[in-house]
Amino acid sequence: MAEPSRMPYVGRSMLRREDRRLLLGEGQYVGDLQLPRMLHAAFVRSPMAHARIRSVDLARAAAAPGVALVLSGTELAQLLPTIPDHQVSLPSKWRTAVRHHILNPQQALLAADKVRHVGEAFAVVVAESRYAAEDAAALVEAQFDPLPAVVDPEDGLRPSAPIVHEQFGTNLICELAVAKGDAEGALRDAPHRLQRRFHHHRYAALPIECRGVVGAYDARTHSLTIWSATQVVHWVRREVAATLGMPEARVRCVALDVGGGFGVKGHVYPEDLLIPFLARRLGRPVKWIEDRHEHLMCSCHSRDQIHDVEIGFDGDGRIRAFHDRFLVDCGAFNPIGSGAMYNTIAHLIGPYRIDHFAAEAKIVATNKVPNAPYRGAGRPEAALVTERVMDLIAARLELEPAEVRRRNMIRPEEMPYHLGILYRDGEPIIYDGGDYPAALEKALIAVGGLAAFRRRQSEARREGRHLGIGIGCYTEGTGAGPFEGATVRIEPSGKIFVASGACPQGQGMETIFSQIVADIWSVEPEDVVISLADTAAIPMGFGTIASRSTVTLSAAIHHASERLRKKTFAIAANLLECGSEDLELRNGMVGVIGVPGMAVPLGKVAQAARPGWDHGRPPGVKAGLDETYYWEPPTVTWSYAVHAAIVEVDVGTGGIKIERYAVAHDCGVVVNPMLVEGQIIGGTVQGIGGGLFERFAYDSDGQLLTGSLMDYMMPTASDVPDIALAHQHSPSPLNPLGVKGLGEGGAIAPPVAIANAVADALAPFRAEFNVTPIMPEQIVAAVRQGAVKNTHTQLGVQP
Amino acid sequence: MKPAIFEYHAPTTIDAAIGLLARYQGEARLLAGGQSLLPMMNFRLVSPAAIIDLNRIPDLAYIRNENGTVRLGAMTRQRTVEFSPIVAKYLPLLVEAIKFVAHLPIRSRGTIGGSIAHADPAAELPMVLQALEGEVVARGPAGERLIKATDLFQGLLTTSLAPDEMIVEVRLAAIPAHAGCAVEEFARRRGDFAIAAVAAVVERAGERCIKARLATAGIGSTSVRLTAAEAILERDGLGDTVIEEAAAKAAEMVSPLSDQQASVEYRRHLTRVLTERALRRARSIH
Amino acid sequence: MPEPITVRVTVNGKRFEQTCEPRKLLVDFLREDLGLTGTHVGCEHGVCGACTILFNGEAVRSCIMLAVQADGAELGTIEGLAEDGEFHPLQQAFHENHGLQCGFCTPGVLMLALDFLRLNPSPTDQEIREAISAVLCRCTGYRDIVRSIAAAAGKMRTARTR
Repeated sequence: MAEPSRMPYVGRSMLRREDRRLLLGEGQYVGDLQLPRMLHAAFVRSPMAHARIRSVDLARAAAAPGVALVLSGTELAQLLPTIPDHQVSLPSKWRTAVRHHILNPQQALLAADKVRHVGEAFAVVVAESRYAAEDAAALVEAQFDPLPAVVDPEDGLRPSAPIVHEQFGTNLICELAVAKGDAEGALRDAPHRLQRRFHHHRYAALPIECRGVVGAYDARTHSLTIWSATQVVHWVRREVAATLGMPEARVRCVALDVGGGFGVKGHVYPEDLLIPFLARRLGRPVKWIEDRHEHLMCSCHSRDQIHDVEIGFDGDGRIRAFHDRFLVDCGAFNPIGSGAMYNTIAHLIGPYRIDHFAAEAKIVATNKVPNAPYRGAGRPEAALVTERVMDLIAARLELEPAEVRRRNMIRPEEMPYHLGILYRDGEPIIYDGGDYPAALEKALIAVGGLAAFRRRQSEARREGRHLGIGIGCYTEGTGAGPFEGATVRIEPSGKIFVASGACPQGQGMETIFSQIVADIWSVEPEDVVISLADTAAIPMGFGTIASRSTVTLSAAIHHASERLRKKTFAIAANLLECGSEDLELRNGMVGVIGVPGMAVPLGKVAQAARPGWDHGRPPGVKAGLDETYYWEPPTVTWSYAVHAAIVEVDVGTGGIKIERYAVAHDCGVVVNPMLVEGQIIGGTVQGIGGGLFERFAYDSDGQLLTGSLMDYMMPTASDVPDIALAHQHSPSPLNPLGVKGLGEGGAIAPPVAIANAVADALAPFRAEFNVTPIMPEQIVAAVRQGAVKNTHTQLGVQP
Repeated sequence: MKPAIFEYHAPTTIDAAIGLLARYQGEARLLAGGQSLLPMMNFRLVSPAAIIDLNRIPDLAYIRNENGTVRLGAMTRQRTVEFSPIVAKYLPLLVEAIKFVAHLPIRSRGTIGGSIAHADPAAELPMVLQALEGEVVARGPAGERLIKATDLFQGLLTTSLAPDEMIVEVRLAAIPAHAGCAVEEFARRRGDFAIAAVAAVVERAGERCIKARLATAGIGSTSVRLTAAEAILERDGLGDTVIEEAAAKAAEMVSPLSDQQASVEYRRHLTRVLTERALRRARSIH
Repeated sequence: MPEPITVRVTVNGKRFEQTCEPRKLLVDFLREDLGLTGTHVGCEHGVCGACTILFNGEAVRSCIMLAVQADGAELGTIEGLAEDGEFHPLQQAFHENHGLQCGFCTPGVLMLALDFLRLNPSPTDQEIREAISAVLCRCTGYRDIVRSIAAAAGKMRTARTR
């Protein structure tokens, strides 16, 4: 389309246009919003894990200074329905092909009959300040009849278990099975078998900005504006409109600058509906900014899966059969249904050739904070299983773990590779390109080479020091549907306006898409005006989750631009009195190919496109110069990476230090290398946090023990090493730009790479690490038990 | 997470502060650095009726060396301690320990008196007071008294200070130039409270250990002296086997807490490991 | 109800006088009473560092200070870093080295970096890492923050402007 001799912007590490306002302190986050006569909300949250609400007395709270309104769940239930139960619809292709049973407990905006987790809100106070609202919230008197709590998903499935959602009569709210080949038969026939349990524990996104919602009602137009720190403005708008009985055209949802999301802001929460409702009811803007204590007990947690696997393999370490039965502890509600759980199933096979595979999964309700996707969304759990299995096979056969992987890996010449099971969009999984063995080599080289490490490890062992190397490989389906939209419009000024429902939280989308549009239209990035995360700018949108926005929005922009270019050329041809086929885009103009002086600026074409007298359009061409295109991806496109970690373990204290860490990564065509690296490193450090530090802990009564950032520990700069990166590029065949998603990938492999590295470091003690996070105390215990095992071996005694 | 309402006072003399403490009969809290108090108030774990802000009282922050005793005003900022030439010269153990205290911005506000009075079991400064056999000057309505470290820390977040008393000065004897000292701390991340820490000061004369002092943080409900372990060293010297024996004794002596970070057993194990490491390092410093 | 207190404070060289409740946190005072929303709230218990400002030149956590404690003090916040809209070397370095993604922790990181670089104008990368372990960032994984501060340190040593 555009003249080829220009240096493309795609592929350049352009500096970000977002930076200026953020560095000056002029970013605007939802907490910064000040509106005239604004009121502040505070929620009253359950101190109990599971209880019937006998009574809620709001009298003292209502009389407190500065209070405008107090509301309990019982009163609210008369006014508003529950959150609609299908936040993510499952495509019919998937529903007909996959054996499934799904129940979806609906969450009331405020708990009325029962509280089902510590932190569930059952009343709300609105007052002149957050300080006053918290004072009043402390005066709400509630009487509870405690019920026994379900805190373990296996216990939750026992016949005698307390039931979280009595209307179902069970805590088993979802069950799925997927199979390929004959796993049982292949397991029976396999020369070797192993059986293990793995637990990938409960942790979460914890962005530095908590959630927040501001609602404002305009009585003149009967319209609501919602500002929410969300990743899904169109979902919020749709649910608010439905819940409050308003036309979507009268509800606008905007996400301002969002301080990190990583998935936890990726669905509609009760507060997204309740705050706008309160604003409309009170006729004054209402603001709710979640504080950190609340965040830990009501913003969704994630992961939390227990896997029981049986693996059959041969003497060369090749996997013959893979059977996984697992449980997901989804907490009290399940907003994204089977999303993450099915991701786990779809990603268990990973970059390997496994012909006989079966997975059965159950989602169990418990009295904990609800479970929703967080960066990786089910894939880290899969990686923990498969990558630990690789190392366990290696240990059994006394092979190098890297060699076991090589023998199982799908080779580049086998691409495109049909996995034999479906993705959650209902399409057959086809790995669309990539070189997994090469990535493995690159990652190992980037940490200094395997042979060199083994020499160093032996020397260190002689000195009483324990070094270990661990690998984590994964494949990742990215750029999922159902769709994303783009409006592309050329202004009379010559600027190109692009609007989309994508919702950034720090990824640098304004920069990336200005690079893409600049290349498509042969303009400068500064001439591209971008509107994101605003339902007023484009009628339909999906939002930013699941590593999808670069893929889906670039494709939507491409297709909208294709159509718009045809129209632009038709009008320009009319102005220049030539044929469309003679034209090209060059430097903000439409010009005749080979005739430098004969061109018309895009802005002039836009003016000519206007309706009315003396327009410049040829007959049959409608007025206006914009196109909206909703791109529906054929299916996901497949990124992958290999992580390698070298650790040193202090067997005295159990302390773990990551000495070196490398990622060899492929996300297809790269739009902005600097931003890609930032995403990979950021994700990797979050993954390291999940592997070593971050953990939600509950006691047997369902009390949350990790209610502050002193207890829920996140990695700091001195906990993580510098991370080396290596890149491969296998362009995607599924979208015009050839890009693949990468936002989540970094977080997938670190927990298992570290578990493998620690196990390797403690190989003399025959220690296994199949549960995350890896804690120093476990290391000390493993060393002690290993010493016992070794002593018994020396003595010829059964341990 | 906003604090509840309180009456606010900013006295300009110590006597006025003490008078206010007496008036509120235990319902008021002193505000020194606020780095422990404000988080608790934001969580509404404590909601005092009144805050007595000590930050407007002049002359409560100083560091002086007087005849071999370093005297630090209670309101001396940890950051000031960290960069003080007097502390560097006479109290190297304190310099080493203070680098474990949280992070620079916390040390900008946190005070030495505040940390000691708060008596968090995992805090490093009470451990230093114990290891150096320091004392605090406490002032109340009846006047001033000296409280030795061993008499000050009574239990979890509890000192022997009366409800109407406040610390005005911390006194630490200068460490002899020939002594070796070391702090060994195990925490999950840099700057965290100690899961376990041991501070060691040893003075040797040839093969003999003429004085050994060992104190803990993070292990039990208060910082304690490991006196039985000290006795072993003072009796048998600083050889490898003696150090191992002393470390084993230390592990036996302590009453570890169990919490989310660590079990009793693990803390006991760390006591042994860290005591050994601290002693090995301390004895090699000359 | 306690008496409201008057806070007279200089922020980024400009004098302010505002009345508030004694319990008002300094970070809320800055954001709400003075309209300086560049400093952010991340945890309200002194752990994440997003609220870091300069208090008489030293980095402090404004979420665990009371506004009244700032009476008579000189504060520095992110809004005071640039001069006439022109980036301070720290801001320029963060821009050139991708030292921020969502930007929420960034004001706290910059204020901490200012204090740190005054104490240690020629830090090693390891020293920078240790210093910024005082602030939590969920987006960057810290690498590019370290690079940004190292680059800024170089420029600031050359310029010796601040």
